[in-house]
Amino acid sequence: MKLLNFTKSGTGFRMSLFSAALAGLAMMSGAVDAQTLRAVKHSDLRVLDPILTTAYMSRNHGYMIFDTLYALDSDLVPQPQMVDSHEVSEDGLTYTFTLRDGLKFHDGADVTGEDVAASIKRWGERDGMGQVLMSFVESMSQGDSPNQFVINLKEPYGLVIDSLAKPSSNVPFIMPKRLAETPSTEPIPEQIGSGPFKWVADEYQPGVIAVYEKFEDYVPRDEPASWASGGKVVKVDRVEWVVMADDQTALNALQAGEIDYWESPPSDLLPILDANPDVTVKNLNALGFQTIMRPNTLNAPMDDPKIRKAAIAAVNQKDVLDALVGNPDLYKICGAMFVCDTPLASDVGSETLTQGNGMDQAKALLEEAGYDGTPIVVMHPTDVSTLRSQPVVVAQAMRDAGFTVDLQAMDWQTLVGKRASQASIADGGWHMFMTNWVGADVFNPLVNNMVNGKGPDGGWFGWPDVPKLEELRTAYATAATLEEQKGLAEEIQALAYEEGIYAPIGQYFVPTAWSNNLEGVLDAPAPLFWNISKN
Amino acid sequence: MVVYIVQRILAAIPVMAFVALFVFLLLRLTPGDPAAIIAGDTATPAQLEAIRDSLGLNDPLLVQFFSWIGDLLRGDFGTSILSGKPVLNLIADRMEPTISLALTTIILSVLIAVPLGVIAAWKQGTLIDRFVMLLSVLGFSVPVFVIGYLMISLFSMQLGWFPVQGFKPIGDGVGPFLHRIALPTVTLTLLYIALIARITRTSMLEILGDDYVRTARAKGLPERKVLMRHALRNCSVPIITVIGIGFALIISGVVVTESVFNLPGLGRLTVDAVLSRDYPVIQAVILLASLIYVVINLLIDIAYVLLDPRIRYT
Repeated sequence: MKLLNFTKSGTGFRMSLFSAALAGLAMMSGAVDAQTLRAVKHSDLRVLDPILTTAYMSRNHGYMIFDTLYALDSDLVPQPQMVDSHEVSEDGLTYTFTLRDGLKFHDGADVTGEDVAASIKRWGERDGMGQVLMSFVESMSQGDSPNQFVINLKEPYGLVIDSLAKPSSNVPFIMPKRLAETPSTEPIPEQIGSGPFKWVADEYQPGVIAVYEKFEDYVPRDEPASWASGGKVVKVDRVEWVVMADDQTALNALQAGEIDYWESPPSDLLPILDANPDVTVKNLNALGFQTIMRPNTLNAPMDDPKIRKAAIAAVNQKDVLDALVGNPDLYKICGAMFVCDTPLASDVGSETLTQGNGMDQAKALLEEAGYDGTPIVVMHPTDVSTLRSQPVVVAQAMRDAGFTVDLQAMDWQTLVGKRASQASIADGGWHMFMTNWVGADVFNPLVNNMVNGKGPDGGWFGWPDVPKLEELRTAYATAATLEEQKGLAEEIQALAYEEGIYAPIGQYFVPTAWSNNLEGVLDAPAPLFWNISKN
Repeated sequence: MVVYIVQRILAAIPVMAFVALFVFLLLRLTPGDPAAIIAGDTATPAQLEAIRDSLGLNDPLLVQFFSWIGDLLRGDFGTSILSGKPVLNLIADRMEPTISLALTTIILSVLIAVPLGVIAAWKQGTLIDRFVMLLSVLGFSVPVFVIGYLMISLFSMQLGWFPVQGFKPIGDGVGPFLHRIALPTVTLTLLYIALIARITRTSMLEILGDDYVRTARAKGLPERKVLMRHALRNCSVPIITVIGIGFALIISGVVVTESVFNLPGLGRLTVDAVLSRDYPVIQAVILLASLIYVVINLLIDIAYVLLDPRIRYT
């Protein structure tokens, strides 16, 4: 608590008394427990079931209280987490997993193979990669002993472990059987997991605070923490996720030491944090985020691949990223659908996006397609800071190419409701929207929803019906080697660009900021709070 | 008087019923789907419909409406679609910060603004009067968030006297409570000082020219008594009205102040619920806000009778 530095004078004496009184008031509030880590997250936690929703806050909540069978390390290689060992039968059809000793749920019950089977089944009903896995599964059950879990396959599938190590929404978290048997369209009734933190239900206030305490009975692995894998050693007693609606308030709170960690400061405030010697600013997620444009293939004229390709060709990623991020150090021009700097990265088909030289091509494609000036409805969410720039830039690029664009402003929740509709434009439908994905959600053809070619039944919003894409994705799932996977991924990307079903319009990074009294903050696909100590 | 109060209470029932129907229909007509928000990106249409079914969103509107009204009459405000928590608990958690801010703001505003307004009227045309009017214009013109940021910058970041943000319930100690409510109170008080001082001055100016005030002065009463006992009391009706409405406005949510100072009040609850289409929460907070206005208006009318013997209700 600073005191005014006045020379001896009546005014100075009164001010010092005043300051002392304030200090007294402050001390009466109780010193902040040194073992409580206070973090401001990118949003508030609303849905507590990380299988019911793909919301990143729910995923992050899942990482706190649940654990996974496997997890990816910083080289994107699956590592055992809850699993001690596994065996695969010679014919490749039976996987037997043995869980580590001492795994307990927060209610004291042991983790068993039955819990695992129920959890994976529930996850497989909702998650895309999980659904692919389930299509190969004959049965799942507890093994010969309670700490064993067995998957029997219909045919060999090379991505069983990769599926169980999926790092982002939806993550195959393991929960008690009684919770996992909740229908996957309803939220689980309790927050009981076997993860390194326990949920403190009594202190949860939606929109205000979410509280976690160290789970004393958690048995971490011996290996050092690496990305989402390794030892999850909790070094604080308590973590509080505090909601702050205003970025300036969060900035002030971090600088004043009232919070310890700020997940995603906006880029315009980063220079202030960078200049503060008591704060560290660092990008923790090497894969960053991918921002995309997604046309609706059901509504004319976007049902014509030439029109879709024209829209994509008109866009220059640099323009989008300059508007969205501004600082070139925080973005990357990247046309790879499966994210740059990953094993599957490729620039095939993306030249106009990355070079910004596609305007003539766009105009030519429009003419070739006989575009008649039908307004293209582009949805524009104005209330989300990371989504309100892209539609404006893309709409203008499209207008420059000769499109007539109807840029419709709305809030994000209206967009979420509207994009789920397959209605025609006359009935309130849409032609295009933009959104962002964390890199770990798009880095292979099985997790990347946008290269799903299942059409209106089973596809992702936009619903491209491209059977060849599904063939290639199935081939990818059964590919035996990384080289084969790379080749197939490139084919998928080339076809996706050829069909114009979506385009990555930039890769960007959002650094995290934290007080220098924290040590051990991990590079990871999601904000993780184990390994962090507070001085 | 009792009859009047009972009549006003009974008259509030159709008002509340209309508000309930209006907010229910308005929400259902607004674009956005809470089921889509819960379901996330990868839900199939079948899964989305299953979620809508489980939330009762596919029931006919009339069924949904009467089901909600029936629950309301039993004191059940439903559960939040997103968090699953009882709506009553969500609102109750937000009441203390909101009421605390409202009370401290109004009390401080009245204590400062009424004397300022009286002095300004008494010294009309002088430097004091001009100063009070300048303060009033500034209070109206400068946005609350600007004042808030300036307060934080000076008193929290530079001087370190107050915390930047947050709220402590009074159960955690009066000192910590006051320490955290101080800056948001002062921020909001400036606006209400502007409002109340101005209305006090205007009302006083109307009264100070009246015959009975001249008579009181002519009889040799001290000026303080003339102002406070005779003049102020007679112009208290519009002042009470403004104070009451101001209190109701703060209670129903001052989301900007709550956001700047990170106060978990009703304003933010309402905004969050609207943005996430949490129908039960939105319906409940709007009904609550309507009820607050009805009650405050009734209290204002009762206060009129107490302050002005010429006012009688039949």
